[in-house]
Amino acid sequence: MGRVVLVTGVAREFASRFARALIAEPDVDRVVGVDVQPPRGDMSGVQFVRADIRNPVIAKVIAKEQVDTVVHMSVVATSAGAGGRGSVKELNVIGTMQLLAACQRAPSVEHLVVKSSTTVYGASSRDPAMFTEEMAPKKLPRSGFAKDAYEVEGYVRGFARRREDVTVTMLRAANTIGPRVDSPMAQYFRLPMIPTVLGFDARMQFLHETDMLAVLRHATLARVHGTFNVAGEGVLMLSQAVRRLGRPALPMPGFTLGTVGSLMRQAGLPGLAAEQLDFLTFGRGVDTRRSREVLGFSPAYSTAAAFEDFCRSQTRGLVAPSRIVVDGLTATAGRGASPAPIATPSGDSRG
Amino acid sequence: MADAEVIPLGTRGKPGRGTGSAKPSSAARRLAPGAGPATPKKRAKPKPKPVPEAPAEVEAPVTETLLEEPLTAPPSTAQAGPDAVQGAEVPRSAARTRPPGIPVGDWLGAFTHASREVFGEAWEPRLAEMLAFFRRRVTGEYAVDEFGFDREVTERFLLAALRPIADKWFRIEVRGAENIPTDGGALVVSNHSGTVPLDGLMTGVAIHDHTGRFLRPLGADLVFKMPVVSELARMGGATLACGEDAERMLSGGELVGVWPEGFKGIGKPYSERYKLQRFGRGGFVSAAMRTGVPIVPCSVVGAEEIYPLVGNVPSLARLLGVPYIPVTPLFPWLGPLGLVPLPSKWLIEFGEPIRTDSYDEGAADDPMLVFNVTDQVRETIQQTLYSLLMQRRSVFG
Repeated sequence: MGRVVLVTGVAREFASRFARALIAEPDVDRVVGVDVQPPRGDMSGVQFVRADIRNPVIAKVIAKEQVDTVVHMSVVATSAGAGGRGSVKELNVIGTMQLLAACQRAPSVEHLVVKSSTTVYGASSRDPAMFTEEMAPKKLPRSGFAKDAYEVEGYVRGFARRREDVTVTMLRAANTIGPRVDSPMAQYFRLPMIPTVLGFDARMQFLHETDMLAVLRHATLARVHGTFNVAGEGVLMLSQAVRRLGRPALPMPGFTLGTVGSLMRQAGLPGLAAEQLDFLTFGRGVDTRRSREVLGFSPAYSTAAAFEDFCRSQTRGLVAPSRIVVDGLTATAGRGASPAPIATPSGDSRG
Repeated sequence: MADAEVIPLGTRGKPGRGTGSAKPSSAARRLAPGAGPATPKKRAKPKPKPVPEAPAEVEAPVTETLLEEPLTAPPSTAQAGPDAVQGAEVPRSAARTRPPGIPVGDWLGAFTHASREVFGEAWEPRLAEMLAFFRRRVTGEYAVDEFGFDREVTERFLLAALRPIADKWFRIEVRGAENIPTDGGALVVSNHSGTVPLDGLMTGVAIHDHTGRFLRPLGADLVFKMPVVSELARMGGATLACGEDAERMLSGGELVGVWPEGFKGIGKPYSERYKLQRFGRGGFVSAAMRTGVPIVPCSVVGAEEIYPLVGNVPSLARLLGVPYIPVTPLFPWLGPLGLVPLPSKWLIEFGEPIRTDSYDEGAADDPMLVFNVTDQVRETIQQTLYSLLMQRRSVFG
């Protein structure tokens, strides 16, 4: 008998893609999708149950469907379209509590996969260069998605203590990026001019959207207990990312960026969330050795390649890689000019 | 005096050969106005411009002559004013027939010449390389390591900017550079002084110039909190002084620099110069022990005198969240001029490496052993400082 997988938050495009990919696996018998809204488009075999994970109905769903694997994907950062920050927090934190309470009472549940984020490490000037899974944030997040994620992880750890027979896999994913991603960071990089913090250059890591799906699939099928950082190899500086995108950067003093963010929100643009401000200032790096060695997963895209793929989906900006100007210069000035030795692994380096 | 004979010197203003003879030389005669027919011929020779026909040259005094205008000028104006002044203008108007400004050929020539001046004989590949570098910077297609270290910019700009200060201003003399391992991880431990951590930068330049390796400094968290400084620090290869980062860098085979005195060292008053402060909590020793890399003691003499710290403004420092606001004999009294460091003579000596790989597994967790090694390193640096001070002739010598 195959496995029965419950996926939360399937109304979101990403979770629904994951659910549809999972149903094709030979090991998986059934996939049950849960959300408050019905998902758009064809769910091709995924059983959808309209249920709110914020109330105890979810326990009945788990019991009735004899679910053995729960993939919790509804901890989200975006507040757009979900009724503002308050209701997102409610969904993230209370939803997780209810879901975990239901799982604790359900004897059929054997495996829990939680999609968390590297945001839990926060970002500050006292951070080590690379966070390993044991490290705690130097500054506890006080608001926003970072706090949600931090609290959610706390509840998951509590659940893991109480149900020792359940394999709990927590995936701390770096900022997901790709042509179809709609995360706050992707929205930030889609701005026509990119506000940055004057005098700071953040280190960033990205995870390509296909790698995100792959690692969730891998974790669901592999059943490895533990917490794992997942990120593309290598580090990209924010200034570098902006240049690769070819958009003009708009450096401004750190203390004004919050105001700018709220002005942007009022103007109908995606704003800058609290955890984003710190991230854009100090950046963050995570050590992915454990996910490569223990979980057995290496992302196909490096950070640079993932970002390159995102850039390709964007109309490149006016500033740099119109590239004709610079290339022309190189060509006229030095006939012996070798093409610039670019150390960027391209997207086809996967596999 | 009155009856002294006057011996004439020169010609007394008369044209002549200086011999006193009344007749001027032929060369002098030619210079005189209204004489000599040879002049116009000689002036015409060095300007072999194709002189157009005279009628085309003469222009109506009102119109500004453009390029084609003399050719299209009506013949009636040609007869208009053939007076002497306009006739003298012939060569100048002839020049106007070519495009104004410097010709393209001259530009190219000047460019080639300038490139050769700047880049030397093999200027073409060098220029191409520079443009490729420029292109990489503009398009962001360069690589940084996981700490944010930008090797290219560090080598081309940061070190290049600091090198004249090290060589010309502080005249740094390096001793014992052979004690720095040429490869593999090593921990350079140095004394810290000088109000502004210039000694760290200078040690980095000295090490790079003598061994070709990059020193990866460990900095206080204040460094990463300050705008601009934070950006430059990460770019130049620094990271936060914490056990995790130190071990990560050392096990990655980097040459890591640490200044365990921290702010107590650079912010100490001038009266306590060359007296080592407490060496932190010995965290650097346990990091070295865990990774089994050698510790290279480094003593810097001269940095104490660059900004002699004679006072502090603790209340302002607290307000700004910095460890101290320095008062030196020149700062803040001379304003920005007070920020120029005094040109003391520097000596940097690298001591014999202290091996840590012979200790057994749990050595890093044995506080007594860690303290002992810390003291050993500290003592070595202190003794070297004393001996360097004895050898130094004078502060600015």
